[in-house]
Amino acid sequence: MLLNLLIFIPLLGALAILIGAPARRTALGAGAATFLLSVFALLSYDKVAGGFQFKSASPIAPEWGLNFFVGADGLSLVMLFLTGIVTLTAVWVTPRIEKRENLFYACILFIAAGAAGAFASLDLFFLYAFHELALIPTFLLLGLWGSGERQTAAWKITIYLGLGSFILLIGLIDLYFSIPEALRTFDLTKLQQLGADKVIPAAAQSRPYLFLLIGFGILISLFPFHSWAPQAYASAPTPAAMLHAGVLKKFGLYGLIRVALPLLPEGAKEWAWLLLILLVGNILYVGFVTIGQKRLDLMLGYSSVMHMGYIFLGVGAMNLVGVSGASLLMLAHGLSIAALFAMAGVLREKRPTLMLDSFGGVGKSMPWLAAAFGCATFASIGLPGFANFASEVLVFFGAFKTGAGEAQTWHFQLATICALWGVVISAVYMLRAYRAIFMGEPAKDTAGWADVVKPARWPVVMLLAVLLIAGFAPNIFLSYLQPSIQALLVK
Amino acid sequence: MNNHFPWFILGAPLVSAFIILLFTRRAHKLSASISVGAVFFAFLASVFTFVGPDSHDTLSWLDLGPAFQVSIGVTVDDLSKLMLLVVTGVGLLVHIYSTVYMSGDDSEGRFFGCLSLFMFSMLGIVLADNFVMMFIFWELVGVSSYLLIGHWFTRDSAAEAAKKAFLTNRIGDFGFMLGILMLWSAVGSVGFEELREKVPIAALTPTFLTIATLAIFCGAVGKSAQVPLHVWLPDAMEGPTPVSALIHAATMVAAGVYMLARVAFLVELSPTARTVIAVVGVMTSLLAALMATQQDDIKRILAYSTLSQLGYMVMAVGVGAPSTAMFHLFTHAFFKALLFLGAGAVIHALHHEQDIWKMGGLSSRMKWTFRTFAVGTLALTGCPFLAGFFSKDALLIATFQKSLPIFALALFTAFLTAFYMTRLVVVAFLGKPRTHEAEHGHDGPAAMTMPLVILAVLSIIAGYGFIAGPALGPDFSEMIEEIEHRGGATLVMTLATLAFLGGTAGGWLLYKGAAKDPILIPVFRNKFYFDELYAALIAGTHDVLAAVSAWFDKWILDGVIVRGLSGATWGAGFVLRFLQWGNLQGYAFLFGAGVVGFIYLLVFKQ
Repeated sequence: MLLNLLIFIPLLGALAILIGAPARRTALGAGAATFLLSVFALLSYDKVAGGFQFKSASPIAPEWGLNFFVGADGLSLVMLFLTGIVTLTAVWVTPRIEKRENLFYACILFIAAGAAGAFASLDLFFLYAFHELALIPTFLLLGLWGSGERQTAAWKITIYLGLGSFILLIGLIDLYFSIPEALRTFDLTKLQQLGADKVIPAAAQSRPYLFLLIGFGILISLFPFHSWAPQAYASAPTPAAMLHAGVLKKFGLYGLIRVALPLLPEGAKEWAWLLLILLVGNILYVGFVTIGQKRLDLMLGYSSVMHMGYIFLGVGAMNLVGVSGASLLMLAHGLSIAALFAMAGVLREKRPTLMLDSFGGVGKSMPWLAAAFGCATFASIGLPGFANFASEVLVFFGAFKTGAGEAQTWHFQLATICALWGVVISAVYMLRAYRAIFMGEPAKDTAGWADVVKPARWPVVMLLAVLLIAGFAPNIFLSYLQPSIQALLVK
Repeated sequence: MNNHFPWFILGAPLVSAFIILLFTRRAHKLSASISVGAVFFAFLASVFTFVGPDSHDTLSWLDLGPAFQVSIGVTVDDLSKLMLLVVTGVGLLVHIYSTVYMSGDDSEGRFFGCLSLFMFSMLGIVLADNFVMMFIFWELVGVSSYLLIGHWFTRDSAAEAAKKAFLTNRIGDFGFMLGILMLWSAVGSVGFEELREKVPIAALTPTFLTIATLAIFCGAVGKSAQVPLHVWLPDAMEGPTPVSALIHAATMVAAGVYMLARVAFLVELSPTARTVIAVVGVMTSLLAALMATQQDDIKRILAYSTLSQLGYMVMAVGVGAPSTAMFHLFTHAFFKALLFLGAGAVIHALHHEQDIWKMGGLSSRMKWTFRTFAVGTLALTGCPFLAGFFSKDALLIATFQKSLPIFALALFTAFLTAFYMTRLVVVAFLGKPRTHEAEHGHDGPAAMTMPLVILAVLSIIAGYGFIAGPALGPDFSEMIEEIEHRGGATLVMTLATLAFLGGTAGGWLLYKGAAKDPILIPVFRNKFYFDELYAALIAGTHDVLAAVSAWFDKWILDGVIVRGLSGATWGAGFVLRFLQWGNLQGYAFLFGAGVVGFIYLLVFKQ
């Protein structure tokens, strides 16, 4: 019931807005309800009992074994919490929408519903379908309300993510057929058990895993399939960028952890070399591309692509430490990139081009923004005290002593060293940008800019507060993640 | 034994930082009081801890069961007791001094908030019981240093210096983290005590140990500003002077040495790593002293001097005498903080003039500042019977016993130290005032002078056994015994005294009455062109790589390959429709195909 509410409140909110309810207020209400429900779900989850809770299943097509089956373990709950908080803050920071306000807010709520549905589904079909549901409004938001080269950005993201979903679908079908006929099911809880029983022979795991890796990979902007992301985030309206980079992109990672890790561990080991090369591409190559950016929005977009490399590294390590780190990093990255995009949105209102060297000394006229942006900057470059650091440490430790097999340890260690250098790279571009925007002599016009008004500060404060709490006491979230991930890893 | 008391030492500045930065930063005086109160409390608690027993207490920070755990622990032992006193003691004096120095600054509240944040981070390093915790606080002192160097962030030079300091340290931390990972992967622990027990008995190859030790040493190279990562420290002088005294002279930059002393058991195991450490140390100390001889900015001279003394300490660790390094760290904290605060008093009185050639004649106008500054100078240059003499001799003797070439370089550095410090004092304080501002110099109020006097007293007495003995604990007596036992002590003391006399006389004769610098050595003045070299290196590698990758990503990967591929494979007409707003239909087609596929599958299954 609880999870159904989490999915249907934003969905109903969107429908209500479409038939004429006051757009912003309804969206805020739905966002707040989603957030509170996600917190409530976290708090009422019985950690001692563990496993999937809040389960509810309604048969859709019983003759096909298709059920609308929801339920959540610790991992899903953390992702739902991320969905809730980013939805609320994204709606909150939305500036005045000039044209078709109703459709705009409805799209945002559709994304939220889709993301919540994907994370709460325990049925493979709905897991996939909810993500698709969330993608369409993302394209609409970008195409209709975007800025700059929004048309190009929109077609590119559509082709890419459409293609990614398609490959993913092939992979899922392939996976489905690699299960012995008598055991085939869409039920994720049963699938997880099948994984633990090792029903898929190692030889049959290779092909479906590759499909899943590429399919999910495109959705996560895995190098070299990343070039849709920066441009899309740069052109998308602020809340859409926050929701996609913060939440929806995590779906691919969630899928890898939820579906590929337990069912196809041998396939994952076989393709680990490929994943390592690609994720080092994410970290080093995209890292250098990020340094080369001259606009804040593109730089943030590329940085978000780059950070996916760390999460891939943790997932690829296939041990408790690495995958827990990756999951925590999904939360941490989601929160920090949402905060950064929200504040980039504030700066965009002042200077639409967002060229880094056109700013200067903004910290003088907008001290609050400078402080908050500084916090988000340091969070994103993995400063201790923020959740990002705790997660990155776990990823590094997990990958350095990987569970993927002794023979591959050396490869993982090399990739970890590259990732460690990536920490230097991300400090370079973030601090360069921060210095260019907020420090130095104030530019002619920046001196007169008014700081963010007090009520508008809350969304960013919320995001930063969670980052700090999870950074000071990562156990709060790890106590949810650890048992779920333990259960997903094949012994 | 569980002793919860040390948590308060750590907690007080943290609470202060939170309160100030979140709530009271606009109330300047209140913020200053909170910050001073917190450090005073931490100081008292440190004194109690010092006289109390050793203890150890931990809290779980990150817990993944048996697979991986990191705790935040507080270790109270001889090493951390000494460092607690240094950090909170010097910290307290600098805080008090800052209430005058920063008074009237637009962002005084923020300054004190950041200072509290720094105290918290530094005390965390001191109390850390494992590598990950040390790394956490290691990064946190880095960010407090960034914030304080960039305190006057609208000045371009300060903004650049802050960024440079943070990034240079990050490069060092890259190695630090790698070293931690290597040790953990080999031994399965990050705790100092466990490592101390397990590393010697784990069957690690010498190469592995050397690489791991040197990787960890990289962290110290960054934080303690050793060559080749020394370039950030002189620029860090863009921060307010109390910050230079506390962070960039007495405490944070010494963290690298402290860390090496903490893991001395590791350093001992690898002779190759020890040699590298000793050479890096002595090269830093020599190069920095050479650079110092030709600087004109009073704070920069002191900054190079700090580099040089840190080089000494690192060298001492390298020759296998970490206790002498800690001894020198202890005395250096007092006289270098004193010199910086004295320089701050001069800068304050002269309305932010930092060029020593625009000073002169201050000895009669700023009596207390001059007297204390002179004491600090004598202590630093190794004048017999002052603190620096004893600690410098201790590490010189240890070096003498280990390696003659390194000793010779270190001795030459001692000569240079006396030379450049005499130059500084003669030019800035003696002779006639060279500017209008210098003519009107005057001592600061008591809150400024009092810390100077206290530090001057400590600079005189801190080297004697009745202070250093209890402060350094059993290490001190062992060290004395070692020195007497091995011999060469008298010879080294004589040589060091001669170096002191020679350098002082040289500086005096050359600079007495000089109106401008009689010698001009561009390569020293330009700091061996390190900055230029690095700028070229970064421009030639990182920046080129960044520009090339950005270009490649935009025009090749995205432009040619993606568009080309989509053009070739999807068919022109279809793509064209896709490109237009019809892409929704295209998408719907894909989605539809997906659903059809699923349904087909379901039917097929039946």
